[in-house]
Amino acid sequence: MSVANAETASPSGGADPRDVANAHRPFQTGRATLWFITLLIAANFAWIVANNENFGWPVVAQYFFDPTVMQGLSVSLGLTVVAMLIGVVLGLLLGVARMSQDVLASSLSGLFVWFFRGTPLLVQLIFWYNLSTLFPEISIAIPFGPTLVSWETNSVITPMTAAIVGLALNEAAYMAEIIRGGLLSVDRGQSETAEAFGMTKARALWRIIIPQAMRSIVPPTGNQLISMIKATSLVSVIAMADLLYSVQSIYNRTFEIVPMLMVAVIWYLLITSVLNIGQGYIERYYGRGDRRTATAQAPTVHEEATP
Amino acid sequence: MITPVQDKQPLVRARNVHKAFDQLEVLKGIDLDVFPGEVVVVLGPSGSGKSTFLRCINHLESINRGSIEVDGEQIGYQLKKDKLIKLSGNAIAAQRRNIGMVFQQFNLYPHMTALQNVIEAPIGVHGESKAQATAYARELLQKVGLSDKADNYPRQLSGGQQQRVAIARALAIKPKLMLFDEPTSALDPELVGEVLATMRDLARQGLTMIVVTHEIGFAKEAADRVVFMDGGHIVEMGKPEDVIGNPQHPRTQAFLSRFL
Repeated sequence: MSVANAETASPSGGADPRDVANAHRPFQTGRATLWFITLLIAANFAWIVANNENFGWPVVAQYFFDPTVMQGLSVSLGLTVVAMLIGVVLGLLLGVARMSQDVLASSLSGLFVWFFRGTPLLVQLIFWYNLSTLFPEISIAIPFGPTLVSWETNSVITPMTAAIVGLALNEAAYMAEIIRGGLLSVDRGQSETAEAFGMTKARALWRIIIPQAMRSIVPPTGNQLISMIKATSLVSVIAMADLLYSVQSIYNRTFEIVPMLMVAVIWYLLITSVLNIGQGYIERYYGRGDRRTATAQAPTVHEEATP
Repeated sequence: MITPVQDKQPLVRARNVHKAFDQLEVLKGIDLDVFPGEVVVVLGPSGSGKSTFLRCINHLESINRGSIEVDGEQIGYQLKKDKLIKLSGNAIAAQRRNIGMVFQQFNLYPHMTALQNVIEAPIGVHGESKAQATAYARELLQKVGLSDKADNYPRQLSGGQQQRVAIARALAIKPKLMLFDEPTSALDPELVGEVLATMRDLARQGLTMIVVTHEIGFAKEAADRVVFMDGGHIVEMGKPEDVIGNPQHPRTQAFLSRFL
């Protein structure tokens, strides 16, 4: 304390009682009480949950790494990754098309977003799964002309492909809007500058606009990814053996409904927690250039070189 | 409009340039020749169309009537068998390769360091190697007095420093023509000097420059020719000592009287 006082002393020599470096925060009785009550309730709730036999914690532990559950988990994760990748790529194309001055491109993109965002995902999944009742055959042909290649719909649309197509197209519609919002958030002067320097539109988008748009694209995309992991549980209705479907298949046999659902819940929470951490790192990466104090030279940044 | 008699071909040749935003006519017939090595300073009140004219030269704005040629090529269009064809976006991009531009708001790429800002176009547009572009960029940053700021992001630089990086970025493409769009208008008064000093150096080195500015002092010292615009017209043009020292047109006199 005496050292700090010596350093922060006023020029006249004596310690200035008004120096904020020596300020203390008074003990806040109200806040301390609030903390105590909150912790007490939390501890009590944890104790109740841990001791309620209906949760069946031993059963949860027994089935947590069960091969069926692991199988379902890998299906959920795989489906999320594939559907999300297709959704992001397609969404990027749609988002850019929506912004284009070409009327054909922007209205086709608008139509896509209108349809896939305007109908429930569950309906879309069931629809894709039952595509064969609508079109028994899928073929590539010249419009109104001869058929080039043709497949039987039932051999192409398995539960897996129906799930991927359904989730990816729905995701693309949302990502298109997120990416369009991100592109709009970049200052108009940036694309103008890139153009003035002779960059093509494509290069300006890739090098200048998208990296800046990423700052406002990443947080809602993280949201979408977490939604997607949970949305994969919908594919259980088309007999796709995802995480939810696999715990259901177990409790249909053992009737341990709550413990098995707890297995699924804990896995979903674990995955989304990992993703939250990953999102934080990605946001920090795209926020570079926005951090005045990030570098060691920070204190000297405002020094002017004499002209 | 009178242009100085010179034997050389003009680098910029604007004829009867008209530009309207919807109903608002901003340029009402601009004729101007700019010759290689010349420094032309465009003065005029806000809304006189001077910035718009500058942006028409590299086709950031398209014009409604007339024509603009840079280095013998008509900007934005091509004459094919007596038919004037509008060029594609990529062809216009190619025409801009040798025109450097400095903006009022600097417009540095905020996600790139100063050095990355400078080497972006040389590598991406002009196909230079990274080593080659980096070496030249460091040379340019030194020239504008910022060699120690190469690895700083734009946000970490003052306005004057940012604008000097922007000038280095425009010089990196080895431009035949430099366009300055009010380069000091967004700067604190005490930072204006460092940017103008850099621009004076460039003028002395024989770079062809068109400068839209409110800096009368810069026009007096560095310009070969001063153009005064008002209401979408060029009302007066000539040597700085004539236009600024002894203006003939009442609009020029009224405008300049505020700076005395």
